[in-house]
Amino acid sequence: MRIWSSDSGRQVSEARIEEAVGNREFAGKMSRQTNRGTENKKMNSELFTLTYGALVTQLCKDYENDEDVNKQLDKMGYNIGVRLIEDFLARSNVGRCHDFRETADVIAKVAFKMYLGVTPSVTNWSPAGDEFSLILENNPLVDFVELPDNHSSLIYSNLLCGLLRGALEMVQMAIDVKFVQDTLKGDNVTEIRMKFIKRIEENLPAGEE
Amino acid sequence: MNKQEMADEALFQLLHTEMVSYVYKWAEQGEMESGRYVTKLENMGFRVGQGLIERFTKDTARFKDELDVMKFICKDFWTSVFKKQIDNLRTNHQGIYVLQDNKFRLLTQMSAGKQYLEHAPKYLAFTCGLVRGALSNLGIKSIVTVEVTTMPACKFQVMIQKM
Repeated sequence: MRIWSSDSGRQVSEARIEEAVGNREFAGKMSRQTNRGTENKKMNSELFTLTYGALVTQLCKDYENDEDVNKQLDKMGYNIGVRLIEDFLARSNVGRCHDFRETADVIAKVAFKMYLGVTPSVTNWSPAGDEFSLILENNPLVDFVELPDNHSSLIYSNLLCGLLRGALEMVQMAIDVKFVQDTLKGDNVTEIRMKFIKRIEENLPAGEE
Repeated sequence: MNKQEMADEALFQLLHTEMVSYVYKWAEQGEMESGRYVTKLENMGFRVGQGLIERFTKDTARFKDELDVMKFICKDFWTSVFKKQIDNLRTNHQGIYVLQDNKFRLLTQMSAGKQYLEHAPKYLAFTCGLVRGALSNLGIKSIVTVEVTTMPACKFQVMIQKM
């Protein structure tokens, strides 16, 4: 099975291949790398940032207007969120949150730290305690990014909204998530507003109660 | 190290999975002739490879020759991206290099054997582009293809295009 890496991909007969010099060094170093389980999962964040950038660029080519790109990013974020929550719960030893304030703390101090290496601050609580803001001093998703003028309604990091919504839905919380400030649009900080909508009841199949 | 090391692998892998399924959805709706999806993923990889290599090589010495570049890709580049080195590098000294990874990071979660083998190419197109993009920014024009017979091992073949 093979795929070609260029439009003009052409088959080249298998040439005689011989071992390149310096191979033994590889073999030696490899044997040390037998980590398993929850080993150090940190990786180069530039890879993530650039990959995300390439994705947004592709979406902007595929869709005509920014709204559709925002929607698609949200959808993909949601798909990631519903999976990521399992990884998070398995690795963080965080139990069920008792109130929304605790949820906010876990998101900011544990989840963001674990996955993006930043710790946003939690502010602007609504009096009822059902709304708060995550303030990101720097958003790793936008490290090398400048928005061109013709994409003023593009919410570049919208993936994060979908991700948060998807992840929290899996722990029975319906949340509304949106960006209210964005450094890409000239604001000083990036602010994500989270609003608690309702607790999702466990849906038991009929007749099992 | 510093903040460069701080993203999490799970997030990248899930993002990559989403990219594959997104591109594939277009293909399924018949909006792209078969094979175009590979190009799309490959192009995204290309861009990322170009960007990454600029960041990675800013403090390295100038490369002696082509083989030196390939060794950099196998060691430093692969380690930064996939947290392991290429297990085996072979060449015919005429512009063809075969990079073998016995435990390719983006396939390890999928299968250890022949199950889902038919889906493997989707998950490799991005990486082919990554390598091609990296080489391209080092002044080497190439065609990168990949072969999988048993997951999670795979062989990337780099054919250098003489300019």
